[in-house]
Amino acid sequence: MEMVKELDPALIKRKRNGQINIKSGNKMDAVVKWTIWVLTALTILAFFFFDYTGLQLERAFTDTLHNIRVMFLEPGLSHFSWGEAFYQVGVTLGLGVLATIFGAIIAFFLALMAAENLSKPWLSNTVRVVVAFIRAVPTVLWVLIFAIAAGLGSEAAVLGMLFHSVAYLVKAFSESFEEVNPGIIEALRATGSSWWHIVINGVLPSTFTYLLSWTFLRFEINFSVAVAMGAAAGAGGIGFELFMASGFYFDLREVGFITYAILIIAIILEVISTRLKERYFPSSVKTR
Amino acid sequence: MDAKQMRKNKWQTTIFLILIIMITYLSSFITKFNLIESIATIPAAFSWIFSNLLITQESLEKLPQILEKLGETIFMSIAATTLAAIVSLFLAIMGSKTTKVNQTFSVIARFIASFSRNIPVVAWSLILLISFGQNSVTGFLALFVATVGFLTRAFIESVDEANQSSVEALTATGATYFHMISKAVIPQSLPQMLSWILFMIETNIRSATLVGILTGTGIGYMFDLYYKNMNYNLVALITFTIIIAVIAIELVSNKIRRVIL
Amino acid sequence: MSLLKVEGLSKFYDGETKVLKDVNFEVQAGEFLSIIGPSGAGKSTLLRCINRLVEINEGKVMFNGLDVGAMKKKELRKLRTNIGMIFQHYNLVPRLTVIENILHGRFGYKSTIQGVLGRFTEQEKEQAFYLLEKLGISEHAYKRCDQLSGGQQQRVGICRALIQEPKLILCDEPIASLDPNSSKVIMDYLKSISTEMGITCIVNLHQVEVAKEYASRIIGLKQGEIVFDGPSKLLYGEQIENIYGIESRELITV
Ligand SMILES: Nc1ncnc2c1ncn2[C@@H]1O[C@H](COP(=O)(O)OP(=O)(O)OP(=O)(O)O)[C@@H](O)[C@H]1O
Ligand SMILES: [Mg+2]
Repeated sequence: MEMVKELDPALIKRKRNGQINIKSGNKMDAVVKWTIWVLTALTILAFFFFDYTGLQLERAFTDTLHNIRVMFLEPGLSHFSWGEAFYQVGVTLGLGVLATIFGAIIAFFLALMAAENLSKPWLSNTVRVVVAFIRAVPTVLWVLIFAIAAGLGSEAAVLGMLFHSVAYLVKAFSESFEEVNPGIIEALRATGSSWWHIVINGVLPSTFTYLLSWTFLRFEINFSVAVAMGAAAGAGGIGFELFMASGFYFDLREVGFITYAILIIAIILEVISTRLKERYFPSSVKTR
Repeated sequence: MDAKQMRKNKWQTTIFLILIIMITYLSSFITKFNLIESIATIPAAFSWIFSNLLITQESLEKLPQILEKLGETIFMSIAATTLAAIVSLFLAIMGSKTTKVNQTFSVIARFIASFSRNIPVVAWSLILLISFGQNSVTGFLALFVATVGFLTRAFIESVDEANQSSVEALTATGATYFHMISKAVIPQSLPQMLSWILFMIETNIRSATLVGILTGTGIGYMFDLYYKNMNYNLVALITFTIIIAVIAIELVSNKIRRVIL
Repeated sequence: MSLLKVEGLSKFYDGETKVLKDVNFEVQAGEFLSIIGPSGAGKSTLLRCINRLVEINEGKVMFNGLDVGAMKKKELRKLRTNIGMIFQHYNLVPRLTVIENILHGRFGYKSTIQGVLGRFTEQEKEQAFYLLEKLGISEHAYKRCDQLSGGQQQRVGICRALIQEPKLILCDEPIASLDPNSSKVIMDYLKSISTEMGITCIVNLHQVEVAKEYASRIIGLKQGEIVFDGPSKLLYGEQIENIYGIESRELITV
């Protein structure tokens, strides 16, 4: 191809060294680049701040590989029976169910207050700020705080787990409410219906399946939260058994058995919630 | 809607409600949970919180130590998330149907992701604790493994969403596989991926507290220590610093998200 | 020797239905050829067999005397470098700038490392600007592609194909998503590419009148078979009816 040198130099951006620039240099690219650089720098820096007490890297890796092999290839039970194992899984599932159901009930009312189309701006903003605050405290801290404040037991675990469940579901529910067709609400308002009437006859029927799906998605999360609370906050269930097997009895085969039990339940829950998401949230609704 | 349909719906709702109530009842039974009692304790609990979880002048003296541990925890979450993101990027490119090299690798990548995602982070920390001991590396690795699982799934979604047709166009110009990945797929999915990374850093700071309690490191260890010593002023201070840290990081990431998405 | 020779080409995606059935034709260098046919006739598939974006099942495609079906990875890359492609939906990378998208056309000449690092020579960049100027969109060089109109995006697509310095350009319904004005602009550019630069063009089209106006030769495809092949002057109502089926005649030739 022949080259005709009649380019308008005003249209071509050049770098300082005279080379032609091909990036647009807009704010978005710059922010992306900076975020990546900052994260990289912080990551490198992190390894200087770590506490390496008693670490023998090479041995630790070989030992872990060995442990993992024992766990997953020779799982077995020695400190409790199959029946007991089922019961403990049941306890963990039970904690998850309770936190999810009570969380959903509370979240429903709070979400009505947080939804912009059903509430007043000051109220909806207040709810949002409170929810952001609640989310910032790790669940385990809520559980431990309630354990002293309310006495240890499943009550503390459920109450502690409630906080994040409510925070999560308020966000999800209120967004579902906000997507309700404004025409429906308008029409009911025009007939002089009361606010509750609008909620029950207008909002609820069109969002009910979404609310249920979100509640189930939260249940999936709450199962692993319940395992964690068993292990870290003495809330009982299979998580506590895991903690005992690894921290007290050093029984790798039992750890393996328990891990399999958790894995199986978690995968079943994940499969169900993936189905639900594909069915009810066809595009771009993400796991949160 | 005719009357018959309506009666059917009513029935379904009733059965559904009964089912939920039964499940709730069963769960309360198996966990020995008492609803009345727990509702009754809530006011007491809150009054306990407001009268005991107070930050005092005295506890503030410990602030430098707390901030140091908090820093360690934040660094641990960031390092775990960033390095996990690199691994996840490879797994996602292998696993996505748009960019997979072959079926076997794709299945392997998805399997690794599902395995590390569905074993809870507590299980990973307890497993690693046995041979790595009480130090930051244990927590770092536990977070790393769990994050790889989660991010791989999220990244596969982002890669799948990337416009398939520009991949075809690049192939048609004679570009190689790596040209196509680096210039057609990554530019399109990078903002989405960064958003997930930021989300994961927030999540991991909260999880790091949990992991810290189990592995005896970072801010989680501090919390556990003073919690067991019943020094509630320090417990309050630690909780407060975590809240500030998480909210600050959330605000920054929301700012970044608003620009890049 | 003809530039392109298709012999007994057949294609099936799933064992049973043949999408292309025993297709034979030759294209001389410099020709402006149009392929028409109803939806699902296999037009896109035929184009994609030529640069092997889809695998060839039976028969042969010869480009410049080389057997496309038998090519190894490296030769295939070289072949694709020699064949530009333009798509109905432009197929640009939306978040990148116009100029970056055009330079993607140079990947065929780059090693993996050069390409991944985005190492383009000054001459290549100037060439890109020159092409932009020629297609009248140089003021948009630094815009993101998704901020351009459809017609402008298609011109970027043409630039990307031209910077490959191809011998042949394949166009898969280049104007199907454009309004009549932009369509005319794009078809005029394609025509001038073929007459001024001597690049061979094969253009899939839906609109028979457009094909008749621009192409010197037309191939009619129906259910994977060639039912017409000749100068566009000789394509009359009867053959059009044959290609599209009787019912659709009114719809097509309004
Ligand atoms: N990737 C594929 N896998 C399976 N079948 C395909 C694939 N691509 C196309 N087909 C089938 O091949 C046939 C021909 O498709 P093709 O896209 O080539 O037609 P076309 O003439 O380009 O149609 P249109 O005008 O709608 O673009 C269609 O029946 C289509 O369903
Ligand atoms: Mg087509």
